[in-house]
Amino acid sequence: MPLKLKINNRTTSVDLPPDTPLLWALRDTLDLKGAKYGCGMGVCGACTVLVDGVATRSCITPISAVANSSITTIEGLSLDGTHPLQLAWEQFDVPQCGYCQAGQILTAAALLAHTPHPTDAQIDTAMSGNLCRCGTYTRIRQAIHQAAAAPAHTK
Amino acid sequence: MHLNPTPHDSMHPAAKPLISKPLSRRSFLQISALAGGGLALGFFDLPLARAQFGPPRADLSPRAFIQIAPDGTITLMAKSPEIGQGVKTMYPMMIAEELDADWSLVRVQQADLDESLYGGQSSGGSVGTQSNYLPLRRVGAACRQMLVAVAATRWAVPTSECTTKLGRVIHTASNRSIGYGDLATDAAALTPPALDSVQLKDPKNFRILGKPQANVDNHAIVTGKPLFGIDVSVPGMLHAVIEKCPVYGGKVKSADLDAIKKLPGVRHALILAPAPATGEVDTTLEPGVAIVATGIEPGVAIVADTWWQAQSARRALKVEWDFGPGANQNSATFAANAADLLKAPPSGTLRGYGDVDAAIASAAKVVEATYFYPFLAHGTLEPMGTTASFKDGKLELWTTSQSPGGGRSQAARALNIQPSDITVHLCRIGGGFGRRLQNDYLVEAAWLAKQINVPVKLLWAREDDIAHDAFRPAGWHSLRAGLDSQGRIVAWRQHLSTFGDGPRLVSAAGMDATEFPSGRVPAYGLYTSAQPLILRTGALRAPGHNGYAFVIEAFLDELATAAGRDPVDLRMELLAAAPIPMPAAANGRRIADSLNADRLKGVLQLVAEKSNWAVRKPTPGRGMGIAFHYCHAGYFAEVAEVSVDSANRITVHHVWAAGDVGNQIMNPSGAEAQVQGSILEGMSQMQQEITLADGHIQQTNFHQHPLVRFRQSPAIEVFWRLSEFGPTGLGEPALPPILPAIANAVFAATGKRIRTLPLARNGFSFA
Repeated sequence: MPLKLKINNRTTSVDLPPDTPLLWALRDTLDLKGAKYGCGMGVCGACTVLVDGVATRSCITPISAVANSSITTIEGLSLDGTHPLQLAWEQFDVPQCGYCQAGQILTAAALLAHTPHPTDAQIDTAMSGNLCRCGTYTRIRQAIHQAAAAPAHTK
Repeated sequence: MHLNPTPHDSMHPAAKPLISKPLSRRSFLQISALAGGGLALGFFDLPLARAQFGPPRADLSPRAFIQIAPDGTITLMAKSPEIGQGVKTMYPMMIAEELDADWSLVRVQQADLDESLYGGQSSGGSVGTQSNYLPLRRVGAACRQMLVAVAATRWAVPTSECTTKLGRVIHTASNRSIGYGDLATDAAALTPPALDSVQLKDPKNFRILGKPQANVDNHAIVTGKPLFGIDVSVPGMLHAVIEKCPVYGGKVKSADLDAIKKLPGVRHALILAPAPATGEVDTTLEPGVAIVATGIEPGVAIVADTWWQAQSARRALKVEWDFGPGANQNSATFAANAADLLKAPPSGTLRGYGDVDAAIASAAKVVEATYFYPFLAHGTLEPMGTTASFKDGKLELWTTSQSPGGGRSQAARALNIQPSDITVHLCRIGGGFGRRLQNDYLVEAAWLAKQINVPVKLLWAREDDIAHDAFRPAGWHSLRAGLDSQGRIVAWRQHLSTFGDGPRLVSAAGMDATEFPSGRVPAYGLYTSAQPLILRTGALRAPGHNGYAFVIEAFLDELATAAGRDPVDLRMELLAAAPIPMPAAANGRRIADSLNADRLKGVLQLVAEKSNWAVRKPTPGRGMGIAFHYCHAGYFAEVAEVSVDSANRITVHHVWAAGDVGNQIMNPSGAEAQVQGSILEGMSQMQQEITLADGHIQQTNFHQHPLVRFRQSPAIEVFWRLSEFGPTGLGEPALPPILPAIANAVFAATGKRIRTLPLARNGFSFA
């Protein structure tokens, strides 16, 4: 039986087994390729999306668990890439290979939603579950501080 | 919610080692001898790998690289695979600089594979900067010259009176200017000038190079656009996973393919054991492994409508494997064998001069130590994968290879088709680090597409990626050095025990005969011994150097301590000595020691100055360490400041890095990022280890092969020493010094030496 998912403010229907991980529903059924597969067991954060504003590992989240939730992927974080974090990521030239960055940005977005002006320690705590194989952490920190200093984002 | 994904090694009840008898310490030599030089030893360091980085072509054409639209928009082709090292931005910068383009109006497009058009398209070895700096600038300058010629003709003025700026040709005397877009059509009708005839800018007039330029894909990355190999979508495409033999060199005995084919979404299940129909088989490999030379490791491929269906079907897969002789391999046995080899006479001499033993015997002080570094996996965040479509005898690939030209050759051999029948599209790559110089996944996808005759996207699961890497080989080093009464090093003896067959070592296991301090101490010996290995090894970022820089630079720190000297002074003294040249070989050729002592001194002095090394004040639990290294034509010295708590948890507070990569930093933003990334990768390497039990890789995912985390990353300051030498690459040389710099800082903080990696083997961890 098709399952309804609310993704980026649009309700869509997917006909998949209920235990299908959200990541693969997004990527291979709904053609939203922003969330990435990195580990498949929730330890790297490349697949991170927001579920009701909470940074969530889509690779270990079955679609049945999020049927009544509002899901935001990197494609829906802003209409045109103008979320303060996206702008700051570009300003500080954060990405190297870029593969983990959608997950990094969404984790940071969840942080800023609750903690608009985070300390370094709060950034450490929030971001330490997202791995970057290229080592962009220094610039991610700068970008988060920059975005936190920017005017509040209205979507 | 947790889906409870089954770990890889428990997916198949049948996957128990059939041969579990450990290779005894005495029998391995016998097996090696029986093999008569033909036994599987993984891949040797084949000249092929080096040939991929040949000299640049001189006959490149601006037409291949540059398109100028009537509105002035300039599209530049990015020639090589982008793995995060920044070439998709940097190479077009080189063209745009000499073209005098307006960088804000430049669009960059990834080129397909066509080395006749673009020159070499490999990414590896940190050679991209030096091999493209002049050719790509000349491409831009040639195009600029053509545009100027058209404008000068239109205005009926000499070209010498015309200048260019921001995409316009300017005639100052008449106060006229015209945009490139208005000149492009006429310019395209001209014959491009010979590239070696064109005038290049004085670098002091650069407007684009030398200025920080953002990664050209940033906007697409931060908005989640499909860019990467994993994001490729081809109409009608199916998805594939491959359950490979858990032991390298093994093969499938039987598999219940019929049961798998009944599972939801599954379209095909195939046994991969394809011997190449024609073409080369690497005879240095034993028969079971020779198949791998085509790029295909034996296993079972499952092809389904979605990747998750294919991956899920693996849980039901029952395979009986023939593990082969690789199943006798255990890390503990390797270590015991290595220790025996270090006690026995070496089997290879890389370099020996002076009477090392006599010098040590008469030394005022002798320092001895044994060091170890383990096997490592690459663990690129994007797992291996390629999309392939085979139709009417033609193959089309969308791949993440660092070496797509080599991949095309391998695919052509495996499919018995011509390379000219293969089109290769290069996708943005979620990390390379040398792993993707191997093209196994590319050939697998090609082979599958031909077998099933439907476009297919192959994506390895993370567990496949860790277990089927081309691993950084482990090494054990026994060192002994003598100091005279003045604290000068009088002799250095180093014995590397690793893997191979006699003096032949497996890929990325060896050392250079000229490796510092070779030639810079009065008596020196560098020796090797090897035990057999049935496992694929290969280049990991700064291959070789990432291991032995730790050994050499940490041992130098031990010597400085033993001599009661500052480690900077000790290194400066070694560099001040006139180097002893390598002896000529039988053919009269001489290996050059390319290390430039002044450049290495320069970065050492710079980092010492920036970190206030001379006035550092170690306190209990907090200290600084220093190290330097020369590799890939780049010179780096690094200082780490750490503190260590009572539970031996290390916090790296600050790293100062000083580099000399010549007279021009191409893209200061990208360059700094490469250094930051190299330092964090070196830290990751300090906590990683791949081990074998009965030939099975024991680590499955990132939780067992951990990367440094956000909270563990130090403040990093990067300083450049611009020298008069030509510019060289930054993918690798900043990595090696960080491991010993941290190990030496831990000693300064605690008095405890780290001679064995990973840190956990010494009871240490990063906080």
